[in-house]
Amino acid sequence: MLSSVAERIYWAARYLERAENTARLVSVYDSLLLDLPRGIDISWYNLVELNSATEAFAEHYRVRDERNVVKFLLADADHAGALVNSLRMVRENLRTTRDVFAPEVWEFVNDLFYFATDNVAQGTGRKLRHQFTGGIIRGCEQVNGQIAATTSRDAPWQFIQLGRHLERADMTTRILDAGAVALLQSAERAQVNLGQIVWGHVLRSLSAELAYRRAVRVRVAGPEVASFLLNDAYFPRTIRFCREQVASAIRLLPGSESMLGALEEVAAVYYPIASIEDLGQAFRDYLNEIQIRIGTMHERIRDAWFAQR
Amino acid sequence: MTLDWKHYDSGALFDELISSPGNARAPARRLVAYLASLNDAEIESRRRMAEATIRQMGVTFTVYSEEGNIDRAWPFDIIPRTIAARQWREVEAGLKQRLRALNRFIDDIYHDQRIIAAGVFPAEVLAQSKNFRPECVGVSPPFGVWAHICGTDLVRDERGRFFVLEDNLRVPSGVAYMLENRAITKRVLPELFESDAILPVSDYPARLFDMLAALSPRKLSNPGIVVLTPGIYNSAYFEHAYLAQQMGVELVEGRDLVVGDDDYVYMRTIAGRERVDVIYRRIDDLFLDPEVFNPESTLGVPGLMRAWRAGQVALANAPGAGVADDKVVYAYVPQMIEYYLGEKPLLANVETFLCADPAQRAYVLDHLDELVVKPANESGGYGMLVGPHATKRERAEFARRIQADPRNYIAQPTLKLSVAPTLVDGGRLEPRHLDLRPFVLQAEDMYVTTGGLTRVALRKGSLVVNSSQGGGSKDTWIVDTDAK
Repeated sequence: MLSSVAERIYWAARYLERAENTARLVSVYDSLLLDLPRGIDISWYNLVELNSATEAFAEHYRVRDERNVVKFLLADADHAGALVNSLRMVRENLRTTRDVFAPEVWEFVNDLFYFATDNVAQGTGRKLRHQFTGGIIRGCEQVNGQIAATTSRDAPWQFIQLGRHLERADMTTRILDAGAVALLQSAERAQVNLGQIVWGHVLRSLSAELAYRRAVRVRVAGPEVASFLLNDAYFPRTIRFCREQVASAIRLLPGSESMLGALEEVAAVYYPIASIEDLGQAFRDYLNEIQIRIGTMHERIRDAWFAQR
Repeated sequence: MTLDWKHYDSGALFDELISSPGNARAPARRLVAYLASLNDAEIESRRRMAEATIRQMGVTFTVYSEEGNIDRAWPFDIIPRTIAARQWREVEAGLKQRLRALNRFIDDIYHDQRIIAAGVFPAEVLAQSKNFRPECVGVSPPFGVWAHICGTDLVRDERGRFFVLEDNLRVPSGVAYMLENRAITKRVLPELFESDAILPVSDYPARLFDMLAALSPRKLSNPGIVVLTPGIYNSAYFEHAYLAQQMGVELVEGRDLVVGDDDYVYMRTIAGRERVDVIYRRIDDLFLDPEVFNPESTLGVPGLMRAWRAGQVALANAPGAGVADDKVVYAYVPQMIEYYLGEKPLLANVETFLCADPAQRAYVLDHLDELVVKPANESGGYGMLVGPHATKRERAEFARRIQADPRNYIAQPTLKLSVAPTLVDGGRLEPRHLDLRPFVLQAEDMYVTTGGLTRVALRKGSLVVNSSQGGGSKDTWIVDTDAK
């Protein structure tokens, strides 16, 4: 398999995951803000910060309001991380790897891309936003389903797995961070059930609510939710699950021995969460550390399989 | 309301589907009867279905403009163009004959140049050829074939006779659109494929693969074959990806390949280097190898010409094949056929005036208002003068250009190109001019596509069919009217 094809497949999977997660993030913030008690003010701008996009935002916008933030995240043609651009990148990367995927995958990606570009105005307005983000999530799942149903489990599949799970782990840390920061921001006016609202939305944004209830069997609370999303072995969006998927994909690729050390490193960071006090700044630093290690992992993958030799 | 076939009239022009208003030609009979049975709403829904299919299948072409490159949906007319199978077999024989002669010519030019010694082809024409590559002299590619893939542009005159307009021997494109047009039409007019004997076109990728495999320097059951593309910004990128996918081979860019000290070509894979035997290259000669041609080229592969000359890799088409893809050389193809094959040409050339010849040049300059003037080496319909449609000023400008560089221009009579009924705004039928580009493959054996890519000038009265300049396309049906 060509190195360049491996790289494009990896990025196609990452961008597809990113597009879906961006839609999830906007959607969950939308409903979170509707649920908040009066007087609690959580800024849309948090979404820009947790995507590490403050500089890109500042280049084009002055006012940090809902309208600008949502436009920036979904529709802004000049913002590389905008949802429409992620889908454009999925399409461009797949266009150059069409020999790997069934034709239906390509057709679904085109449908999804045109759905996004034709309807993104709905997403930036408030009234139809839910339909738009829902449509994007459905479209992404459709593409993923088609890929899962028709792709041979040889090398290309392993690169899909790598891209998808690194991106997913990264997003899970960012969504956890969104929860943590929302609570930190409103701490001074904290009300009894605020934590439950916020962490409930964190779970819902990852479609993890049912899995959480089944696995944890207690009411929604910060320490349990955070521990679940970090360490649960079975739910497909936890950090641990993603890490294990990445590890098994790596083991099936040629020359993977040199990679296993890097994997150990990612696994080595552990942060025990006992109480709500453990979800403060130290928790945010820990999440940041995971993101850095995911970045390192990406570099190792690039050097091992994509770099020109 | 239904489509009005009784009042659809193409006047004195040859119409591909009807012989006179209301009377369909034999291969179009079922098609026209079926279309006449659909009401306006049904026709409109088929048209929309075609549009949606094109978007969904991602059939696009790239237009270069000042605002950057735009990926546009492929412009397509749902009414197919039909040709009787019996007539097509004659065209096919003519194309094979022509390609055999052209390949003999190229091989001769890079070896003994017997055709020049025999006084059949002038040395001056070769001396001024922009596509002759001295780097290729003395190389002997397998089977003596240089142009493995040719896209030949055919037109029909007012009597329906086929003429060859040009031979595209460098990196001809369009075959993927031929295949996609059929895929679209099968979704849009499925009923007709059940009842009519429309010959399939789908075996082209398999034939292309077999042809490429036959060129492999290593006799393996599964040689390393790749399609080499200049990349995503090339206007034919869609086709490069499509063909690689259909053949199940890798689509590579120059940076994916490397030539070793052993003169072998390798591709860079996740498990290290892997040998490549055959390259279907869609990059122009001058960008193939920065060591030999344009040193600035980042599209090519350093050392590729070295590997090719050493016989360690096959290139299709071979570098230098374009020497026969020149509108001046074109004028000599009938003589080549007689010289190399001892046969009479089965397919005629369009009458061509060579501006390099003083008498012919004088005629051209006197008749600019009736002629089409073309530069010898341009493609895509650029840099042309269509005399009858040009202004006085444009004609004066061309007269100046011809006198400054006569070798670079040829002129041909303005053909009354054939037309076919085409859906226009408002759901009406109007005649539009068209041409046909069949594709010819040659290695050990020869193969001609069943029909080809029909390109249609969507603007009323226009003769320019190029998609970059307002052209569209139609599916091409070779219909076996003898089939029971």
